[in-house]
Amino acid sequence: MPMAPTFAQTLRRHHLELTRGQTTVLQVNLGLKCNQACRHCHLSAGPGRGEVMDAATVQEVLAYARRGGFSTVDITGGAPEFNPHLELLLDGLRGLACRVILRANLTALLSPPYRGLIPRLAAEQVAITASFPSLSAQQTQAQRGQGIFERSLECMRLLNQAGYGQPGTGLELDLVVNPAGAFQPPEQAPTEKRFHQVLAQRWGIAFNRLYVFANVPLGRFKDWLMASGGYEAYVRRLAEGFNPCALPGVMCRGLVSVAWDGLLYDCDFNQAAGLPLGGQRTHLSQMQGPPPAGQAIAVGEHCFTCTAGAGFT
Amino acid sequence: MSTYYDPQDLPRFAEIGQEAPNLAQKFFDYYGAVFAEGELSAREKSLIALAVAHALQCPYCIDAYTQSCLEKGSNLAEMTEAVHVACALRGGAALVHGVQMRKQAAKVSF
Repeated sequence: MPMAPTFAQTLRRHHLELTRGQTTVLQVNLGLKCNQACRHCHLSAGPGRGEVMDAATVQEVLAYARRGGFSTVDITGGAPEFNPHLELLLDGLRGLACRVILRANLTALLSPPYRGLIPRLAAEQVAITASFPSLSAQQTQAQRGQGIFERSLECMRLLNQAGYGQPGTGLELDLVVNPAGAFQPPEQAPTEKRFHQVLAQRWGIAFNRLYVFANVPLGRFKDWLMASGGYEAYVRRLAEGFNPCALPGVMCRGLVSVAWDGLLYDCDFNQAAGLPLGGQRTHLSQMQGPPPAGQAIAVGEHCFTCTAGAGFT
Repeated sequence: MSTYYDPQDLPRFAEIGQEAPNLAQKFFDYYGAVFAEGELSAREKSLIALAVAHALQCPYCIDAYTQSCLEKGSNLAEMTEAVHVACALRGGAALVHGVQMRKQAAKVSF
């Protein structure tokens, strides 16, 4: 079979450029330490990873958030709960951004030292975006590890009790579905409807919105694709699904991602791929504000993930 | 060629239209319409197709609808139950012919 065109070639063929719009989201990766080692993780996060953002960098993030006037701060990892300076970050963000999101794996929050975070997060109106890939225990655990399915349900019940996902509280609990293997995700709308029905009927659990994301061929997922001989077919399938109409809505156009060491990237995936912001190694202390509109975004083959089908926003 | 079935043939399915493009177009349009979201969801239709693929024992269809079921959000437990539906129908279809066997045996026996 002929080689698939690169992402950059595909953009040229469609007479397109990938450049920034207005950057309103600051995504903060607090580190790669995690209690899980999910097989689809593009950052290869896990219990053995020691890269964690230190207090000085957290202070620099807060200063950048003030300078940049970002409307949303999106806190991710690894498991951000494992960073000892998470509360310092939350304290500093109070009143600074309209919306603060915490990406949770639903099991770190159950660990005794972190369980107390739930009322704190609720009091601060921090939105929670949680990974819950499947209504099947088998698929969930194949992706995320043994025992994760039941513990995820337990955590969602606790979050519901704290008001998350409940009408009238303003406490958002959104779910993220990633496929449990080398296949594309299901359509978002019917999947969200089915998850609402099944989670409510079987387990009495409520949530707000559901997002489906394709797995990004980087990190541990790429390693698995290479080992199982499926890498080329997976990337080819993403490339064949290239949808030029998805390009204006890709998340990197409005987001800047800061890594645990303070270096900036166009998105979390470019962080995993080692592609710095706009192609130039930049520390957040060098930035006066958000990256300007019109600035070129660094691209690689993994970018096909966000432009396949309906896109990845 | 070492086997009658080659997985690389499935992506070439459209080549069947080269000799009779009008017929192929009608077939593929119909096929697409059948699998669109309707009174049954696209996910349910893929599960039905997976069961039928097993009843027909079409390896192309089994590969295609395994992938399709996963990509429509079905899981292995649901897909396995669909295969059992196919199995029950094929088994039942064999077994119900046993009535014919019994009638024929009765006709020629004391």
